[in-house]
Amino acid sequence: MSAITFKTIGIGVTFSPNLEANINEAARLALCFGSKLVLIHVGESSEKKSNTFRTFLSPFENQGLEYELFYKSGDPVDVILTSTKEKKIDLLIIGALKKENFLKYYLGSIARKITREASCSVLLLINPSIDRVPCKHIVVNGLKDPKTKETVNAAFLVGHKLGVGKITVVEEIDQEEVSVKVDDDKSLRKSTIIKERLRLREEARVKKVLDSIPADYTKNITIKSQPIFGKRGYSIGHYAQVARADLLVMNAPSKMTFWDRLFPHDIEHILTELPTDVLIVQ
Amino acid sequence: MRAKEPSFVGFMKTIPKNIFSGLVVSLIALPLSLGLAMASDAPPIAGVITSIVGGIVVAIFGGSYVTISGPGKGLVGVVLVAVSTLGLTTTYAAIICSGVLLLILGFLRLGKLADYFPSSAIQGVLAAIGLIILGKQFHIMLGNKIVRDNTIDYLIAIPETIMNVFQYEDSGLINAAIAGFISLIIMVFYSKIRNKYLQLIPAPMWIVICSIGFSYYCEFVLKIPNPISEKYMIPNIPSLTEVMGNLPVPNFKAIYSLEFWGSVVALTLIASIESLLSIKAVDKLDPMKRRSNVNKDVKALGVATAVSGLLGGLNVVTVIAPSSVNITNGGSNRLGNLFHALFLMIFILLFSTELTRIPLSALMAILVFTGYKLAAPEMVKRVFLIGKEQLLIFLTTLLVTLKIGLISGIVAGLIITFIIHVIANNSLGLFIKNIVKPNVLMYKEENGNYFISVKHFCSFLNFNKLKDKLSVIPEQNDVIIDFSLCEFVDHSVMENINDYQELFYKKGGNIGVIGLEVLATKSEHPFALRRLLPLQNIIPNNKTKRQNNLEQVAHDFGLSFTPLRRTKNAFLENFIYFKTKKIEHVFNRLSAKKHPYQLFDIIYSEGEFIAKEVIRSTMLYIKTSANVPVFKLDREGLLERLYALAGYRDIDIKNHVDFSKRFYLRGENERDIRAFFTDELVLFFESNAYYHIESSKDGLLVFSKERIASIKEIKALLDFGYRLNAIINKS
Repeated sequence: MSAITFKTIGIGVTFSPNLEANINEAARLALCFGSKLVLIHVGESSEKKSNTFRTFLSPFENQGLEYELFYKSGDPVDVILTSTKEKKIDLLIIGALKKENFLKYYLGSIARKITREASCSVLLLINPSIDRVPCKHIVVNGLKDPKTKETVNAAFLVGHKLGVGKITVVEEIDQEEVSVKVDDDKSLRKSTIIKERLRLREEARVKKVLDSIPADYTKNITIKSQPIFGKRGYSIGHYAQVARADLLVMNAPSKMTFWDRLFPHDIEHILTELPTDVLIVQ
Repeated sequence: MRAKEPSFVGFMKTIPKNIFSGLVVSLIALPLSLGLAMASDAPPIAGVITSIVGGIVVAIFGGSYVTISGPGKGLVGVVLVAVSTLGLTTTYAAIICSGVLLLILGFLRLGKLADYFPSSAIQGVLAAIGLIILGKQFHIMLGNKIVRDNTIDYLIAIPETIMNVFQYEDSGLINAAIAGFISLIIMVFYSKIRNKYLQLIPAPMWIVICSIGFSYYCEFVLKIPNPISEKYMIPNIPSLTEVMGNLPVPNFKAIYSLEFWGSVVALTLIASIESLLSIKAVDKLDPMKRRSNVNKDVKALGVATAVSGLLGGLNVVTVIAPSSVNITNGGSNRLGNLFHALFLMIFILLFSTELTRIPLSALMAILVFTGYKLAAPEMVKRVFLIGKEQLLIFLTTLLVTLKIGLISGIVAGLIITFIIHVIANNSLGLFIKNIVKPNVLMYKEENGNYFISVKHFCSFLNFNKLKDKLSVIPEQNDVIIDFSLCEFVDHSVMENINDYQELFYKKGGNIGVIGLEVLATKSEHPFALRRLLPLQNIIPNNKTKRQNNLEQVAHDFGLSFTPLRRTKNAFLENFIYFKTKKIEHVFNRLSAKKHPYQLFDIIYSEGEFIAKEVIRSTMLYIKTSANVPVFKLDREGLLERLYALAGYRDIDIKNHVDFSKRFYLRGENERDIRAFFTDELVLFFESNAYYHIESSKDGLLVFSKERIASIKEIKALLDFGYRLNAIINKS
């Protein structure tokens, strides 16, 4: 089993109204996972800036947080991507923006670029808060994909560390897989049978994945497996929203081409309308 | 609830019933086919050819069960334009092309084309077609053949024509106008008269029979020539051999012109819209609640249209009025359609010369009525009740269709609907950003319910996504549709969901819609709550005299009286009587909590479109224990003996010759029924007044006439029910 761990957590910081909340969230997570926190700031280093960061971090420092401040000027996307590699960051935290007056979140263009190109796992936070908001329900994808095993593992790791009560593994069944088109009662019966078969097959597969999770990770966690019918990669976000999940854990996208961005699919949809906090596991 | 697997024996058993329904359908189809063809400026026989080809081809290749195919009313407008701009032979070519196009659409599974049009716009187009038919034929009906440029001019000329009637010099014209007027009266009042012998023959056929009878009466009794002007008689109808001998040669010369393809597209579009709407309506009436295979049907209609065009016929579509007649008369599979075609063929073989005795004005009265039904003021009122903006969509589509043409009308309807949606939301981005997103999520909850969540917006633009999900759910299931993540839901969607709700409800499932409240409170959403809820009686205190009397009766019988309407009446759906009828609502209910009795006035309808009859009646429902077998008891008359010939069996009870002779008893399980009809019960029926009595699994339905009962009759009915129930409980 490839043990996924988050040894170093990175976060890009700017002086925005969300600064304190972002730092608090990141520091809390770092404490939870027992990892080192790296604050990346795009710009010149100055005593004043460092002081501000330190004041925010001091309560966590008392609890044993190890951290590092990292300054570098240049193009934000480049800076963050290169420093991730330099500092061997394996979880990058990015804060999302909130649309005015709407309960909708989206990623800024910089954040989006970073997400697409980052070589490490990325956590997108839609609603960073200064005080801790408990995470109760995690939704994780159970796609038929080599990466899925690791992703589910990560979900359980996070769930275990954060004391999550429930984890739902969602298998997305594409309509195309149900090869029968429903026209009348007969084809409807046929398609219902095929769907049931698909559902059983998917469930068996997910069960196999779940079996490989270390037992102490699954302790005290209700595990649910839910097949959904919808567009792959998109509907899971929709489901997370409907199921009021606090965190959505997903596979990192496979290689993106220009066309993928023009005709958004999979993760691109999620990026345009973040349903919840999203963890993309690399 | 599975449909029975078709077996050969079972299939053979359906033949007599379908022959019978096919015969009745052919009676309504014949005058309609002739009239629609003439209204489209095509030779009258073209309509009959359409029906014959359609009936045979669609019966063989189609995917629906009880539909009837033939020339469509909606196509009159299109064919009319095509004939006048392209000429008849080129129109045949266009019809053949549109058949091929339909076939392609069927293969591409685009049979559901009509789903992409907002429903108010479709209503507008249909109303415009109604006005086109009405406007032109009204003048012919009154013996005043005029030629105008467009429909609006025809409509404006209507008062003038009416005035003209009183100034005719020529008695031939006056008589033509009289024939037209009488025919219109027959069409209007036919559905109001409930007489089973009269109702056996559809109104249009009565017109045909009366006019042919009148013509013979003049010829042989009065020995005068037919007093109706020659010009207003149906022109010569060729016999079948002549038709086959002189097949028109479709003219494909215009195939490279824009006009030609404009016609082809219009024909295809209207044919598919009309067929789909009809199939949807007919599926709702099907007593066996089967689901039609729309794409297969569209393919069959395409083939039929191409063949029909080759033989000199028009576009074949699914026709609503004859289909509903087919269901009412016991048609149970595609044989009904086939036999209707065969009977039409026989009619043309035997009576083609007889048909020329029908006055044109009488035939056009049928079409005037059809046109009126399409554009009736009730339609406008209904649209208005849904919302002012719907009326705007409706009227825009209507006017553009009349002024410019069908395709422009539909496009205008689409555009205005979209503009209204954008204005209502004050956001264009909502639609542009989200239109391609797969906004519908469906999953099965642990308890077996289906949950569907819709995001962003749901309107005619993307309803197909929701529909795709809904149509793959077996109708016996419970479904929840959640719109709480949706910012906008339009009227077309609400209406379609309502259709689905009815369908699920009929098959034992249920669709719950949640999350609309959020929309309404967040903003004053103009469409979100635009649901056609039946208006409850607003002032319950304002009772009529009959209602006051009913209250008194209720008091006397220890029941309580509620005048309010109720639309959901699941207990009635189980009765065979209501299998082919649509219950609107029950009202003026007399009931009590612990009593098994429920007496109510009920409004229900039979048939669709011009064959639609709205019936009001008073019925008594008695809840019984479950061991009463399913049966149906009626007075035995001529008609019942006729039904017996068509394969409905009468169960005779031994040793009760009088009962067996006077009553017509039917049911599946003969043994149980015989056991149930004890001597005492038989004696009770013999010695009391006749009622129509029917049992479902756990209830009895008793009523006497298909009309609202008087207070005296209600008392008798209640008394009869009380005594009947006492005897049943004893045994």
